Amino acid sequence: MSADVMERNIELKSGVNRVFTNPDADAAREFFRGKSRALKPKLSTVQDVVRTMINDGDYIAIGGFGANRIPTAICHEIVRQGKKNLGFAGHTSTHDFQILSAGEAFNRCDIAYIIGLEARGLSPNARRYIESGKVELTEWTNATLSWRIKAAAMGLSFIPARNIMGTDTFKYSAAKEILCPFTGQKYAAFPALYPDFAAIHVHECDVYGNCHVYGASVSDQDLAKAAKRVVITTERLVSTEAIRQRPEATFIPFWCVDAVIESPYGSYPGNMPYEYFSDEEHLREWLAAEKDPESLKKFMEKYIHGTKNFDEYLTLCGGIEKMNKLRRIELLIDKK
Amino acid sequence: MADYNPMELMICVAARNLEDGATVVVGTGAPCAAAMLAQKTHSPNLCIMFEAGGVAPILPSMPISVGDSRTFHRALMASSMPEIMETCQRGMVDYTFLGGAQIDMYGNINSTMIGADHAKPKVRFPGSGGANDLASLCWRTMMMTVQDAKRFTDKINFITSPGYLKGGNSRYEAGLPKGTGPYRIITNMAIMGFDDETKWMKVLSINPGYSRKDVQDNCGFELKWADTIADTPPPTDDELRILREEVDPHRYIIGR
Repeated sequence: MSADVMERNIELKSGVNRVFTNPDADAAREFFRGKSRALKPKLSTVQDVVRTMINDGDYIAIGGFGANRIPTAICHEIVRQGKKNLGFAGHTSTHDFQILSAGEAFNRCDIAYIIGLEARGLSPNARRYIESGKVELTEWTNATLSWRIKAAAMGLSFIPARNIMGTDTFKYSAAKEILCPFTGQKYAAFPALYPDFAAIHVHECDVYGNCHVYGASVSDQDLAKAAKRVVITTERLVSTEAIRQRPEATFIPFWCVDAVIESPYGSYPGNMPYEYFSDEEHLREWLAAEKDPESLKKFMEKYIHGTKNFDEYLTLCGGIEKMNKLRRIELLIDKK
Repeated sequence: MADYNPMELMICVAARNLEDGATVVVGTGAPCAAAMLAQKTHSPNLCIMFEAGGVAPILPSMPISVGDSRTFHRALMASSMPEIMETCQRGMVDYTFLGGAQIDMYGNINSTMIGADHAKPKVRFPGSGGANDLASLCWRTMMMTVQDAKRFTDKINFITSPGYLKGGNSRYEAGLPKGTGPYRIITNMAIMGFDDETKWMKVLSINPGYSRKDVQDNCGFELKWADTIADTPPPTDDELRILREEVDPHRYIIGR
């Protein structure tokens, strides 16, 4: 402790919970040293990516914002393949959290926002799962997890910020208070978050993983840099020439990306900006099915375990006709 | 006097607190309705922001999610979560609105859990989301809520988002930015502020149809009272018309 701290008698507090991932910047550099930067085609399938890029016990993060621009197919496949004991970044998670909870896929969770689906209400099953005590919890906030991911994207081991101090959110986090070496100001220090795996859904990308995204970007540019392995699911593939014509629009560059999957309507039943609105009817069906474990089991059997892939799920949910309807809502051609 | 329900009253009162040219981060529901109403009445240049990145949208309808495409419909910027939160941290955001299961006399809010064991909560809620960040970093925090003695409690189970913590100067001493904190608590019964010195919740005005006794009886701690207690002006015909016809025509919020 510095003389200054002792002189001013400032007690620097620490959160009581665990950091689930290694924040060490040199360990991250060692990993990224070995990550391929080759400009090579990376087309793959949901099945192969989940089988080969996610191990039981890995720590994963999902891009987008809960039920907006999410890689739904990846979430389904994690449950379909029965991945277990994952760590999860519960950062702006809603429908993604709901899917993974239905598969009891994780056993530890960094929490910013979980269980809820915003204005739609709370997920009864996700709530049961968390209240069961089966999941180890560390509290954070949306900004905090964004900044933890940003710290990793910057290649650092921590980042200071001015929120959460003095609250129970801090107490049950793994943050630590520090003093600014220049001003003496107290800050909360947050450990960098380097996920093992991240899946991000985008509007367009080429076969190398150069991406375009339209609308709010949430934390996805930082997440693509912070995660060790990154899969992009995309509404459509575009030529690399389309990327080269507007290089300033490249949202995520190829060197962050390990695999690319073409996944039209891939954010369904979530919203995809400028493409299709969320399917509120189907999301209500999810919530209703979760009322008790038996009805959820039937629901999961029908929609996830009973379907071979995401295309079958889309067909089951109303296919092109439904997608066209959601597009008309998104574009304000039809009122809901 | 116009006929209105408690939600309509709270939205109208909240809207009056948002002046033209200010910045406000809102969630879905009532706060968004209040900001839209302010924009359509006295604050055409109120800048509405959403935590997923939307800045100054022309909202075509009420968003379902703070990240859905309506939150940046014809916006001035579709940015990122760090961009919004860092703008708050830089001191550029005037207002925010929060909700929660419990609030105490210093305006601390619980949206995390009920129970004593964090690892195995009796009832689990979503957690902070952006609430703690906005309560920590925006200049003035407001809350709109129906008032009852369970929600307004001196035995808050978990402080998710900071109010004035333990009162007095404790919020600043904890390290949170100087000059920030809870500003108005808008309930169906009254409007509260906070005492300048002690930071204890203080009733400023009472809503039409309620008494001093109603307000105290529906609060789990002893309230302070301003020297002069005003009568909250009821919603005007104009406010109600715009709220019902333009802001929430499907009654998603005001029909609750």
